[in-house]
Amino acid sequence: MRIGLFIPCYIDTFFPEVGIATLELLDRFGHEVVYPRDQTCCGQPMANSGFNADCAATEALFVRNFSGFDYVVAPSGSCVHHVRANFDAIEQTAEVKEVRARTYEIVEFLHDIQKADAFPWARFPHRVGLHNSCGTLRALKHAKPSELHEPFFSKPMDLLSKVDGIEFATPARPDECCGFGGTFSVFEEVVSTKMGYDKVSDHARAGAEYIVSADTSCLMHQQGCAERIGVPMKFIHIAQILNGASA
Amino acid sequence: MSASPGMLHPELLDQHDTDSIHRHGHRLDHAEGASKPLRSHREPQPRGAKIHGNRPVDQAEAAARFIAAPEHEKMHDERLWDLRQKRDREMHGIPEWEELRSLASAIKEHTLTHLDEYLEQFEANARSNGVHVHWARDAAEHNRIVHDILKDHGAKSLIKSKSMLTEECGFRPYMAAAGIEVIETDLGERIQQLDNEDPSHVVVPAVHKLRTDVAEVFAKTIGTDPDNSDVHYLAESQRESNRPLILAADAGMTGCNFAVAETGSVVVCTNEGNADLSANVPKLHIASIGIEKIIPRFEHLAVFVRLLSRSALGSPITQYTSHFRGPREGGEMHFVLVDNGRSERLGLAEFWTSLKCIRCGACMNTCPVYRRSGGLSYGATYSGPIGLIIDPTFNARKYSNLPFASTLNGSCTNVCPVKINIHEQIYAWRRELVKRHEVPFVKKAAMKAAGEMLSRPAAYRAAIATADFALAHLPRFVIYNGLNAWGKHREVPHPPKQTFHSWYQANRGDKR
Repeated sequence: MRIGLFIPCYIDTFFPEVGIATLELLDRFGHEVVYPRDQTCCGQPMANSGFNADCAATEALFVRNFSGFDYVVAPSGSCVHHVRANFDAIEQTAEVKEVRARTYEIVEFLHDIQKADAFPWARFPHRVGLHNSCGTLRALKHAKPSELHEPFFSKPMDLLSKVDGIEFATPARPDECCGFGGTFSVFEEVVSTKMGYDKVSDHARAGAEYIVSADTSCLMHQQGCAERIGVPMKFIHIAQILNGASA
Repeated sequence: MSASPGMLHPELLDQHDTDSIHRHGHRLDHAEGASKPLRSHREPQPRGAKIHGNRPVDQAEAAARFIAAPEHEKMHDERLWDLRQKRDREMHGIPEWEELRSLASAIKEHTLTHLDEYLEQFEANARSNGVHVHWARDAAEHNRIVHDILKDHGAKSLIKSKSMLTEECGFRPYMAAAGIEVIETDLGERIQQLDNEDPSHVVVPAVHKLRTDVAEVFAKTIGTDPDNSDVHYLAESQRESNRPLILAADAGMTGCNFAVAETGSVVVCTNEGNADLSANVPKLHIASIGIEKIIPRFEHLAVFVRLLSRSALGSPITQYTSHFRGPREGGEMHFVLVDNGRSERLGLAEFWTSLKCIRCGACMNTCPVYRRSGGLSYGATYSGPIGLIIDPTFNARKYSNLPFASTLNGSCTNVCPVKINIHEQIYAWRRELVKRHEVPFVKKAAMKAAGEMLSRPAAYRAAIATADFALAHLPRFVIYNGLNAWGKHREVPHPPKQTFHSWYQANRGDKR
């Protein structure tokens, strides 16, 4: 398949290793992966703040970059959710609708489209706490949220379970939001960081060495919180583990 | 955990750490640390948002003060999280839970789209039961109508059970000015009344208070021992002081959980039986009813009663589910049907389903922001997620900050027993407030600049050409309110050697 690789701005700037892992992982499955060089952002920062009209030019650019691929794949749940659910500042032409529908987050791509059943190159002999970000959990429906009376399922858990040596730590509040919330993280920075402290502490109490997530923005926030209060925690994106990161 | 306890943040220390020295069951840290003044320090109760007329309420400022009171914040977060967990346990006991939610939502949507018919049916049936029915366009009309009824009866004192509608109407201050004594009969609401503070939660109005706060309020108002914060002592003392007032009251008032069109009756759910006291002790009973409280048929109650208390408190049912159908002999019953902005809300395409709300408070209990902010930080009648989408309909300017007091995590939507898409409405309100120009200019300018930068690849690349530059400037264009908001209470990300973009150029530059 011909895949457009969408690397959101935070990942491009601060976490290139997450982008590299995503690219290599897609390579391993034999896809033709293209990284459109003119990409910037999906518009979520403005849209989440209510400024939808200010997203129009950014959305148009996104569609120009990602039109015509079989799939567009990104290692970020919240950005993918934005493209799929709220990307409506521009006219909804057939092309725009097509790009939106074909945009996938890496976990759901591997689970639902690729139907990956083995990661023989991966080994991660560590205790990890899975952070189900709200964007993946409740928006993209990666897993059953604790609030609903439905049968259990978890796509990230399905994939991680196929990695040799991995163990899971279960925090007391497994799907409580970590407090990032986009511009919320600065608009309500005191509440945001308190939520972050509580989140990383919960995982540490459960015995996690790593917090793993499909949302880099949550990890960036949690890492900043953990470092500030001195919680010895490591952070890793799920694509890195699946791609065979050793630590 | 492998790290030594000395390396860990205090929040992480295992309370049953076997390495630590214990004496008399208490952890011994340090001689000075373990010593206490004779009278232990009491953390003052953080107060709610500062209100300046019509100016936007600064929820973040009040929330920061709540978090700066760690005993309060911790108790509040844990207490409400406990309710959420109890709710989950109750939910798991009901196989048809999701079906019930869909049913409840469908009944409410049907009723709201036929509201005129059901209201008239309710009125006609109530009248034939011998009830006086009044219509109030807004809060002022509601207060005037109730006042007139009281005047007609020469009533000077009124006992009432908890009602968010009367909070909405500013009922107590109005009656105080009119010289009528109002006595709340719900314990939590009475605490709030005695402390001259609004309720902070729709179901547990004093949940933000520690018992030592209550001891302080009662010591000042009903003369209890300020150093005794035993809950049984406090509850009993309040009962002793309130019962004589209840027995002597001239009139009684309740709110309404459900108004059944088919029977013309009103149902009130309480755990203290105080609605029964308010309605039955005096001869005059007035019920204030928001027009969205209507349900068509008696049998529909079964759906809502099964959901209400399970969602609210994680108990199968409230202790009392009281039905009021008509006046007793020699008594009078009045229903006041109140609009107060509801008809207008019904006309808002994106927001009308907020009228399905049955005021269970489940969205507050689950909201991670609410639990850490306290309900009074919202500075509005309705706090938490449901407040974020209802309050702006009353005053878009004053409550323009509230829809931003959310991470849009969506837990509220999932617990809502009537399936209101709360977090999607929060998102929609943000757009709406921008359209109505109810957001700060600086934010507007920053977002416009961000939009321009992010739509021009060359400008974007230039801006983040080096990671150091990005560290300094990225917050400025994705974030509007200054550089330090990120770094005040958390570390900034570590800049990598190169961006993904430059790595790709160097390593995969051949592909396009």
